Amino acid sequence: MVTFQEISPADFFYRNRDIAGFTNPSRAIFASVRELVENSLDSADQMNIPPEVYVRLSTENSDTAAESGNGVYRLKIMDNGSGISARHIPSAFGQVLFGSKYTLKQARGTFGLGGTMAILYGQITTHKPVLIKSSTGTSKIYEYKMMIDIQRNRPLILDRKTRRNKEQWRGTIVEYSLEGDYLRAMSKILEYLKQTALVTPYADIRFVDPKGRLYLFNRATKKMPPPPTETLAHPYGVDVETIQRLIRVTDCRNLLDFMRKHFHRVGQGTSLSFLDFAGFIKTANLQGLKPEDVTRLVETIKKFKKFKKLFGEVSEENLKISLKKTKYQNMLNFMKASFPNVDRTFILRLLSAAGFVRTKNPKKLRPDEIVRLVRMMKKFPDFLPPDASCLSPLGEDLLRAGILKELKPEFIAVSQRKPSTYAGHPFIVETAIAYGGDIPKKDDFVFYRFANRIPLLYDEASDVSVRVIRSINWRRYKVISGMPVAILVHVCSTKVPYKTVGKEFIADRPEVKSEILNGIREVARRLQTFLTKREHRAKERRRLSVFSKYLPKIARFSTDLAGKTEEPDIESLLRSVSKFEEQGA
Amino acid sequence: MKSKEPESSAKKKSEKVLKDLRGFGSTLYGQMEKGKFPWVEMPSRSTENIFYSPDVRQYILGEKSVKRSARNIRHIKPFTQMVWAGFFASELVKNRKTSTLRDVYYSAQAYEMSFKDQPESNNIITDLETATGFAREDFNVFPEERSAIFGDLTIEYTVPGYEGKQLNLTSHPDGVMIGPSLVSSEFAKTGCDKVIAIEKGGLFTRFIEERVHEKFNALLVLTAGQAPRATRHFINRLNRELELPVFIFTDGDPWGMHIAMVIISGSANAAHLRGLTTPDAKWSGVYATDVVDYKLPSDPLTAVDIKRLHELEKDPRYTGDLWKREIKTFLKIKKKAEQEAFSRYGLTYIVDKYLPAKLEEMGD
Repeated sequence: MVTFQEISPADFFYRNRDIAGFTNPSRAIFASVRELVENSLDSADQMNIPPEVYVRLSTENSDTAAESGNGVYRLKIMDNGSGISARHIPSAFGQVLFGSKYTLKQARGTFGLGGTMAILYGQITTHKPVLIKSSTGTSKIYEYKMMIDIQRNRPLILDRKTRRNKEQWRGTIVEYSLEGDYLRAMSKILEYLKQTALVTPYADIRFVDPKGRLYLFNRATKKMPPPPTETLAHPYGVDVETIQRLIRVTDCRNLLDFMRKHFHRVGQGTSLSFLDFAGFIKTANLQGLKPEDVTRLVETIKKFKKFKKLFGEVSEENLKISLKKTKYQNMLNFMKASFPNVDRTFILRLLSAAGFVRTKNPKKLRPDEIVRLVRMMKKFPDFLPPDASCLSPLGEDLLRAGILKELKPEFIAVSQRKPSTYAGHPFIVETAIAYGGDIPKKDDFVFYRFANRIPLLYDEASDVSVRVIRSINWRRYKVISGMPVAILVHVCSTKVPYKTVGKEFIADRPEVKSEILNGIREVARRLQTFLTKREHRAKERRRLSVFSKYLPKIARFSTDLAGKTEEPDIESLLRSVSKFEEQGA
Repeated sequence: MKSKEPESSAKKKSEKVLKDLRGFGSTLYGQMEKGKFPWVEMPSRSTENIFYSPDVRQYILGEKSVKRSARNIRHIKPFTQMVWAGFFASELVKNRKTSTLRDVYYSAQAYEMSFKDQPESNNIITDLETATGFAREDFNVFPEERSAIFGDLTIEYTVPGYEGKQLNLTSHPDGVMIGPSLVSSEFAKTGCDKVIAIEKGGLFTRFIEERVHEKFNALLVLTAGQAPRATRHFINRLNRELELPVFIFTDGDPWGMHIAMVIISGSANAAHLRGLTTPDAKWSGVYATDVVDYKLPSDPLTAVDIKRLHELEKDPRYTGDLWKREIKTFLKIKKKAEQEAFSRYGLTYIVDKYLPAKLEEMGD
């Protein structure tokens, strides 16, 4: 007999932890650190305060962990972020898919999954509770000791304390045990923290590893990028489910208002022409037209200068006569025929202003109509592209500061591309190229990939930016193998096109790809200028060294040959060579 | 034929060399004193600037000149090397020391003036020759290969330790090596009335044994293949200073013919120099016609020989009737013979029969 059973989201992720990146002990410990650090940075970013994050990893059964690296660890993360209000603490950490990030603005995390997933992993490997302390800066600090009821996706509170917050501390501390393999994960964790410090130059990050070593990543600036604003969904990016949810909550009585209110960059004009395009517009039937309706139409034309300009002086009498004679059934077709030179959208605007346009109540849409609405949204060509106010790119200055801080390069070029969109999702690409300094001389570039300020460390070869970089003919930019070159690509978007839940690499979206390509070309050109100049200077230095090697000899031998005792002064000749160098450089 | 510029004695020559080198240095010194990059101008030695002059009867350089300037990054190294070479030459001449091209190459290293390789060093010496108009022998830089001379000529040494000492060149039966001391010596007296230059050592020894120098009143010069420049210069002096006619005996093939031609008209490589040629010297055999007339044992011409003959046909130096006739004959009979081929008629045949006949023919 087949049995059916429902599983909770927590249960689902318990069974499928691989897809969230908890594949093995070393990946698990890396993913745990990463998820909690990202939550901490996000919560400080939301408050617009420069983040301070403290991470401590220590061994619980020191013997096994020290030998093989594989063992039970205790992870503690403390931040100065927003803190979580007392009533949300249990759910925020004890319930999968509960979060503050289900909005359309850029944040590191998106799924509300990571932090809880990390704790869930700790629980299933050690069966120990998690300790949460948090305060939003009020007079109280709340402490919870709890576990997750996996089957019901509910927090199980074991203990709860309230303390006085004398020092007005604000932030969150998470502490729990987990099984992991630090030795194997070490290099990735350190690389992750280094790259995070690079892309978050305004954050102070401290990390104490199981051996008690302290890694300090001090901030280079307190300046933060402007915070993103929350935004509406763009019509190109929605699906049937989204529409249905919106219909459930909307208080709009017609589609015209519904489109304007719930979608990004949709105004009256766009709304009208889209609904017309999609076949959701009805205009008044001519049969039932009353004389006062005609009067209203004429008055509306008169009232708006724009209409008056387009439709000219319209006499009520003439209009009435034509209305009687016309073969058309509805207002829109009649008007189209009467004013053949006027744009359809303007006629719709006029009719709407005069109250002749009717659209359905969204709550009364039939399922097939909803599907049609969504399909037409994808087909309609005239939606404005989304704007980028919901994004928070790092900006060229901060990016430069971060790279200078972590790589100390000889040369650096950064570029922020203009906002662009793919499938209704706005995105911005930032690129940078750095040369020399702490960058190792390798046969290959050093890649730094970021998405919404998260370092991407795995599956480098599959990543779109790496593919783009490989496709470029670098010799054109005077870059040859063995040069110390680092290339950085940062993609920010309300929806980064990841290929996996594990957030490891970005898919090949043509729009994203072309922005990355252009961004890299731009910084590569600047690198080329730098390299050319450098080559020039080196050449001039060699030149000068040739002259300063041979001219004194010529002077000496000529003096001898000529039978003189004092050598001629060649300093001015050498100076003239170096003067040339300045001109050339 | 008198040369345009009467040859001074060896001592005067070295004084002139020193004076000119000092002038060379002073010019550069003056340029630098005026705050200019030193430079020199000299005739171009590129092939398109080498012409055969029927008047001078040797290759000469044309009008084209090159400017070497220390201002030019590509010139400054060879320029410095040339100035060094001038300095080194003046030291050699001043101290009356001699050197070789190989020696020059190594000496440069003592002055941190290393040359990349021997050809680079040789080329710089040629530059100095071109710029100053002197042959490297005038700078006491001699080749390694040596030829010899035998006969009644008394010379007076000018080299340190031997000044004023005289030597008759019959004093050693193997002949006297034509080296730096001989080349720089003065001619005291001679009883000879001609010079016979011989390509090969074997025949040279035979001639001495057969007392050719007495029988024909001749100075015998061994060129040992292609005559070294010092030897060509020495033959030129014998011809010019002592007014002795010069006869050249070589193998009967295009290569022997060319050995004679280089003594007579010089080579393209030395187009920048004068005094190395003896235009009135006569090639006296072995001719292609001799191979036929004397029925000499012969070898067939090889493909390389024939190619060489065709080259010589186009060579502007080979314009005389004799040359044209012999090239044609070689190509016709397709045979060549060595000097030793006369031995088939007995060891002394060449001296008793062939030589008198030739000299008589030449004397016409």
